[in-house]
Amino acid sequence: MMEVMQPPTLASSWLMYWHLLFLVTHVLGIACFAYIVTRRLVPLARAERDFRFNQPFVRLRRVLRFWLGQWRHPRYRTAGIIHLLIFASFILLVIRAFSLLCFRIGDNFAMAGFSGSAGHTYDIITDYAATIVFLCMGVAIIRRVVFKPARYAVPAKYGRDHTADAIFLLALIALLMTADSLFAASTAAGRLARNEPFEGLAFLSLPWILQRTLLSTSLATLWNLRLGAYFVHQLTFYFLLCYRPFGIQFHVETSLFTVFFAKLNRGTVKPVRWGIDDERLAQVKSLGVKKFEDFTWKHMLDFYSCADCGRCSDNCPANAVGRPLSPRFISIKARDYCFQHYPMLGRANNGTPLIGGIYSEDEIWSCTTCGACEEECPLLVEYIDKIVDLRRGMVDDGNVPQSLQKPLKALESRGNPYGKVEKKKADWTKAQDFQTTCKVNIVDGSKVADTLYFVDSVTSFDDRMQSIGRATARILDHVGENFGILGAAERDSGHEVRRFGEETLFMALRDHNAEAIKASGVQRIVTADPHAYNALKHDYRDIPPVEHISQVIAREVKTGKITFNPLENGSVYTYHDPCYLGRHNQVYNDPRAVLDAIPGLKRVEMSRSRDRSFCCGGGGLMLFYEPKEEQRMGVKRVQMAAEAGANVIVTACPFCMANIEDAIKVAGLEGKMTAIDLAELADQQIAREIPKETAVHGG
Amino acid sequence: MARIFAYIEHKGGVVDDSAAELATAARQIDPTAGPTAIVTGWGAEMDAACQALRPFYPEVWKAANEQLTYPNAELVRQALVKILPGESILLVPHDHFGIDLAPGLSIKMDAAFVSDALAIEGVNGTNLKLVRQEFGGQVSAHVTCNISSGAVITIRPGAFKPQGNGSANGLIVDKSAQAGTPVAGRRYLETVVTEAGDVDITKYNVLVSIGRGIQEKDNVAIAQELADAMGAALSCSRPVVDAKWLEKSRQVGTSGKTVKPKVYLACGISGAFQHLAGIKGNPFIVAINKNPKAPIFQVAHVGIVDDLLEFLPELTNKIREMHALSTK
Amino acid sequence: MEILVCVRRVPDTSENEIELNTAANDIEREDLVYSINEWDNYAVEEALQIVGRVGGNVTVVTVGGEDDEEVLRRQMAMGATHGVLLSDEAFSGSDGRGIATILKGFVQKGHYDLILTGVQAEDGGAQVGGMLAAMLDYPFASLVNSIEVLPGKLKISREIEGGNREMNEIDLPCVLSIQTGINEPRYVGMRGIRQVASIPIPTLGVAELGIDASCVGESAAKVKRVDYFVPAMGKGAEMLEGSREENIERLVDLVTAKGGLK
Repeated sequence: MMEVMQPPTLASSWLMYWHLLFLVTHVLGIACFAYIVTRRLVPLARAERDFRFNQPFVRLRRVLRFWLGQWRHPRYRTAGIIHLLIFASFILLVIRAFSLLCFRIGDNFAMAGFSGSAGHTYDIITDYAATIVFLCMGVAIIRRVVFKPARYAVPAKYGRDHTADAIFLLALIALLMTADSLFAASTAAGRLARNEPFEGLAFLSLPWILQRTLLSTSLATLWNLRLGAYFVHQLTFYFLLCYRPFGIQFHVETSLFTVFFAKLNRGTVKPVRWGIDDERLAQVKSLGVKKFEDFTWKHMLDFYSCADCGRCSDNCPANAVGRPLSPRFISIKARDYCFQHYPMLGRANNGTPLIGGIYSEDEIWSCTTCGACEEECPLLVEYIDKIVDLRRGMVDDGNVPQSLQKPLKALESRGNPYGKVEKKKADWTKAQDFQTTCKVNIVDGSKVADTLYFVDSVTSFDDRMQSIGRATARILDHVGENFGILGAAERDSGHEVRRFGEETLFMALRDHNAEAIKASGVQRIVTADPHAYNALKHDYRDIPPVEHISQVIAREVKTGKITFNPLENGSVYTYHDPCYLGRHNQVYNDPRAVLDAIPGLKRVEMSRSRDRSFCCGGGGLMLFYEPKEEQRMGVKRVQMAAEAGANVIVTACPFCMANIEDAIKVAGLEGKMTAIDLAELADQQIAREIPKETAVHGG
Repeated sequence: MARIFAYIEHKGGVVDDSAAELATAARQIDPTAGPTAIVTGWGAEMDAACQALRPFYPEVWKAANEQLTYPNAELVRQALVKILPGESILLVPHDHFGIDLAPGLSIKMDAAFVSDALAIEGVNGTNLKLVRQEFGGQVSAHVTCNISSGAVITIRPGAFKPQGNGSANGLIVDKSAQAGTPVAGRRYLETVVTEAGDVDITKYNVLVSIGRGIQEKDNVAIAQELADAMGAALSCSRPVVDAKWLEKSRQVGTSGKTVKPKVYLACGISGAFQHLAGIKGNPFIVAINKNPKAPIFQVAHVGIVDDLLEFLPELTNKIREMHALSTK
Repeated sequence: MEILVCVRRVPDTSENEIELNTAANDIEREDLVYSINEWDNYAVEEALQIVGRVGGNVTVVTVGGEDDEEVLRRQMAMGATHGVLLSDEAFSGSDGRGIATILKGFVQKGHYDLILTGVQAEDGGAQVGGMLAAMLDYPFASLVNSIEVLPGKLKISREIEGGNREMNEIDLPCVLSIQTGINEPRYVGMRGIRQVASIPIPTLGVAELGIDASCVGESAAKVKRVDYFVPAMGKGAEMLEGSREENIERLVDLVTAKGGLK
């Protein structure tokens, strides 16, 4: 309500100049912001393409859940709650902020905002919202300065600490709230002083408190305060608006888009180039990401959106053991590079190589692709695709560590990383005692089967892991599955080959296996190797559906085909979620159901379990890589099991088994801790009738 | 038969171990005649070497020239070509010098060339039959060499055991004038000595040595613990150094250190000759290897086929138990 | 700088199990995987790094047959500019000297500042480089583990005993045999090999090289392999055959007796 009244002491002519100032500030602020955003879009225009427009409704639902619903934030409770409050308040305050900006400050104490009871309700709500933001800023600053959560720390090699920047921004937001509140407070105080009616401010909110302090202030001062608050609000608003794109606060604007365009299909890796199918890949000059412009626009958007919260690195196992990888800084360094090479004024600098520049080779090879970072990020920033793309670039340049060249060469010539002769692939079935109880046939055309047991390299050739193969076969036999194996025709699934950047070799392995699988005529596939499971499920196309053995056992426990003998050994068991069974494919319950179906088995959960499981060290080619680290991931994991009070670790992955058994020795827990595979344990405990004649499979 | 010569390496007046070995090999080729030693060099050290050879060789030819102070194979070759009679057979050790000298020399002498001979089977007419190894020692091969126009043969160090009673009382013949002053397109500058590591493995009586079988860097600790328990030093073969799991100073072999321990535990070492050549003095060799066909079992005194990653920790525990008991 | 690298295709020692065949006169060749001789791979990488620093081209050459082309292609995928196959019926059965004669014929058709070979191949001959140098009257150095290019010459180091390095200066043109570990060879992937799959590789025989056929091949060979065998264990090790515990006990006794344990 604009009531025209003479202001007590202010000459109206000055008001005109104020209005001009405000107008200029608006224009400059908006123009500046538009310019900045346009400049920020330049690298995205030069980036590789990315197909992110499919399934818009699914994407919209995810926006509602992850962006609006802040789904991931409460995983860190304190910070999560604070952010939830700030975010919700900001959403509520949007309209209020805009209305204040557009408000034409007159020569009176008119109230900004809307009239009516709805408007008043809104004002009350937003009074509290502003207060909450203000308080949260205080809490956030105290957290930063006093409590200093470890994940915010910046290791020296990554540059200077971010705390000062963070506090600066937090303080500015607090200032924004204060200015807004002061405006409301001084307006209300002014009206009160002039005996004009006004809608009350929310009880105990910041505006309310400020108004109480202004009760005996002179009208002239109130008028100046009001003007000043308005201007400070405007300045701060535009300053923040234009400043945000220069730092982590850009996520305020970009987060909606990052979440909308986030990757929908877990478990798989992006194609080398979107829109270029495998056959045409040979014509592409350069594969992978070598310079910044090789990233896709979505990945560049990710760099803008990283909020520097540190949750990814806090959960990254490579980071935890002192490898040179910190996912947070993959984003931050790339973002800083982008800011530096695409300045606001002037031309973009030429693309320099990223490897050897902002990234080191070891940094990129250190990643086990466990997915903990992606699981944690509240903004759904993707890391695995970026790491794989960077690896593709290095492979294309021939820049592969010597320790990996040998297994890659062996994969190329022998189809397995150990260089073992193909015809020995099925030798694990010929173990003395095993052969008499369970004959496993090779589905090579002369013999057919319904189900293929895809064994993969490590289970076929490693002396220790072969027992997992035999246990799996016996289980399938017990439930009456008509199954067979590919034998010498089976090559490595290629899962790690792909994730280590050797796409061409991966395609050769995949095509060979896919053909053999289709030729075998099987209807479904079972495997005990989560890496093979993930590859067959996501990286391969047009092959029968695949299951992990834990899913098979869990199902047959329900149908009653499998019952277990009780276990009476007093041991305490804990289940370690393999990354590629758990996090990437969300098979958490089946293995646990199997364990819980064994009578007398005492099971505890580690504090890091399910989607927060801690990677054992990696599988496939990662077993050959020699990382620079302070400790082994497996050792940390074994210590976690010990802390949980367990003395037996159950896992469902041969690579986890290899790493954990090794770690038990290195950690000096031999004799105190053992490891067993889920299939081995199930096979051991299955209640069987008196042995019948040799069951023959695949025929 | 043609005359047999043996090129003798020496350093600081001391003759290399290969001298006696080459004499044995020569006598196996031609039991009737004594071989002639050839020494190149300069000054008092060379003369001392010649003197040291007299008990083993009936004749010692010396070619002295200041250019030959340091044995530069390019220069030595020229001197040899000038003094060796046609159709001679020359034996050279298969070491870094022999590899450098011999092949080119055989061309200049228009003679046959065989490298890394392990055993002499005999002469049949103009054919000399020898034994060599291929594929890193995994298989042996019989080889015939036509010696009608002479031959240059490099001999595997340690393959021929020194014999003889040192009663040859050899005659020193000065061939320096005939050898002349050699000139070559390669000039020796200096020798850069590897930095001394923290541990000098040549000083230890007991060595625990690891090879490729240790599989990864983290397992090296297993062997170190055994070494500590035994009061021994940890050494290794070349692949371990190439993989950067131990420093170069720990390497035993032709391109590493030469050691003379009393006891040598070869763990996960296949037994390639380049490694074994670094072990002198006939120590008690224990071999632990997963592969029963590893060549190391042929030179070891005791062999155990087992996974060293499991065997070593148990051995370490046993030794610690023993020590614990003995101190009670 | 024009660099020629002489390479060879050999059974890969790490991906094969080398065994005698049933007739016990050769190794079992069925099922063997072949690759470039490890030393030669280091040599090609070194050549590529040198031309990367000073400019020039790397040519890879091998003596053999059609099967050996794959090795040339792989090295071209690695970065070599040219690949040449020297092939002729007359070449078969050549000993080291014969191979060197054939290579000499090729070298003399072109102009190469530097010729590299690996120190040795799977047969441990370690001879072709030295022989080739002598035939060409080029200076030679073996076991080279570092190369520095200077005007008209090279400063090289050779690997000698004790891990020491013998520093030499050697005039160009020269022949060097390269030791493993001199560098870290770059990775060659399937994609790279596919990209060079259809580049024509010239094949030269006796006529093109202007060689006297009587100097090469089986008839000219002075050294011939008669057979392969695995020596009887004979006086090998005393193998301990008990359980692990028993073996450890016995071993501790033996070692103590030899003064290895107090």
